[in-house]
Amino acid sequence: MTATTIPRRNKGPGSVWGKLSIATKQTVWAWAFLALPLLFFTVVRFYPTLEAFYLSVTDWDLLSEARFIGLENYRRLFADPAFWQVFRNTFAYLIFGTPIAILLSFAVAYYLDRVTVLHGFIRALYFLPYLTTAAAMAWVWRWFYQPPPIGVINSLLAVFGIPAQPFLRSVDQALPAIMVTSIWAHLGFQIIIFMAGLRAIPTSYYEAARVDGLGEGAILTRITIPLLKPTTVFLVIFSSIGFLRIFDQVYNMTSNDPGGPLNSTKPLVLMIYQTAFSSYQMGYAAAQTVVLFTILFTISMAQLWILRSR
Amino acid sequence: MSAVPKTPALPYAMLRPGRIVAWTVLFLGGIVMVTPLLYMFSTSLKSAGQVYDLRLIPADPTLANYIKVLSDGRFMRWFFNSVLIATIVTLSCLFFDSLVAYTLAKFRFPGRYVVFLAILSTLMIPTEMLVIPWYLMASKFGWVDTYWGIAFPGLMTAFGVFLMKQFFETVPDDFLEAARIDGLNEFAIWWKVALPLVTPALSALAIFTFLGNWTAFFWPLIVTTDQSLYTLPVGLSSFAVEQSIQWEQIMTGAALATIPTLLIFLFFQRYIVRGVMLAGVKG
Repeated sequence: MTATTIPRRNKGPGSVWGKLSIATKQTVWAWAFLALPLLFFTVVRFYPTLEAFYLSVTDWDLLSEARFIGLENYRRLFADPAFWQVFRNTFAYLIFGTPIAILLSFAVAYYLDRVTVLHGFIRALYFLPYLTTAAAMAWVWRWFYQPPPIGVINSLLAVFGIPAQPFLRSVDQALPAIMVTSIWAHLGFQIIIFMAGLRAIPTSYYEAARVDGLGEGAILTRITIPLLKPTTVFLVIFSSIGFLRIFDQVYNMTSNDPGGPLNSTKPLVLMIYQTAFSSYQMGYAAAQTVVLFTILFTISMAQLWILRSR
Repeated sequence: MSAVPKTPALPYAMLRPGRIVAWTVLFLGGIVMVTPLLYMFSTSLKSAGQVYDLRLIPADPTLANYIKVLSDGRFMRWFFNSVLIATIVTLSCLFFDSLVAYTLAKFRFPGRYVVFLAILSTLMIPTEMLVIPWYLMASKFGWVDTYWGIAFPGLMTAFGVFLMKQFFETVPDDFLEAARIDGLNEFAIWWKVALPLVTPALSALAIFTFLGNWTAFFWPLIVTTDQSLYTLPVGLSSFAVEQSIQWEQIMTGAALATIPTLLIFLFFQRYIVRGVMLAGVKG
């Protein structure tokens, strides 16, 4: 279809509308289409964002009027040892979870991409957990981690003569146990995205490398990994944000003592939830959400900067 | 361009034994991935006395747990709530996100870039930061414990706008101009000409939005206190707490929450995988 020259002025019905120029009409239509969405974004996104910042400097508790107290909430938060415990937990999920998830999903995607026998079936096996509900699967995993004779994992360990592990009841093991559940739940998504990235690399690159006599290992490190960088950057940031915001698994796997034992699994979002909706300290909780926002923003920007410039 | 199978597998003949090992490890890994699901279904078919028997195939399978869990009607209600909310939110996102995306991609008007940046910037704001103001809004207007209260924060998303905009940009302007000359108004051009050209993107957005809302936990947990308005994940969570150690009941509930998405996946596997790829890569 070739471009036809469009008359600059449309001779519409002889109304005011008909006399408007195309550019003006376009502007009117555009703002008509955008009116309701912009109202929505203003009321449900922009205004609440500003309100969260405002509430973070008040002592609002749902009952009495919000009173301006300056940076008191932040001072209180940073002086609270429980916050630093939560802070360490949140970063533990990120620092261990993201690299494991990225390496695992890349390895699976890399090999799965070359599999032809039962390719679709194996891909489905890895992808299925992604379609499950985190709240439901947290309970399945919680059951897996139970002490013998109920717990599946402990029964399996017993077969190999390994003593029963406390898992969710241990201050040291509970956080890794929850992290495994979270990695499991998101692995399928990461594999699919890595596979899409692998497919996007032109086969001619591989052929050229093979003609030059590069081995499989050299092809992997010199062609596949560098060309896959945009995909990897996206997944690292996406996965990090996911771990920094972990909530569903922790809430459901430790529901008798949320974030326990002894706060050893509590992430920042669970702390926010409890401060806001169990203690109703809305101002204090708002300050925590601002801290969460700052962390997310800083980590994403830092990762983007580090991974891009390398 | 010889007999290339669906997967562009690399010529890999020199590593035959390695290939078999890799396949076996991948296959076993896949089995490990679905083990939690298999055990969930297996246990949901066992009676309370058999739960301690960890064999995967139940010795004496029974649907008694399903009958018991479904009989009190709560699960059906939560299921209905989840379907309703996820459907409404998905339809709303499909309509508004693509309308905004189309406007930003195809109209030239002052303020276009500012509007796009403003909408894009909301991607950086985590939901957790907004829930307190949303809750305040919901309680002020009486939206706590209503469907509207659960649904309203998700009715339009910056992610959807961003995703759809990339696809509308590939629609040739000539098509739209031709429709304009034919006398279609701008809304009709979007609805009848542009939208049908981006259906793969629409289905990707639909899958993502539906799945996200079907599994959503944090906001529904906050905004509902009335059991009859719980969504399936929140309902399941409260049900599991109440069942305490009756694992066969909990597994039945978890299975009921999982079955619908698994069924949909079995029927639409290709679309879903492609949709997730599309949304993930372009988004």
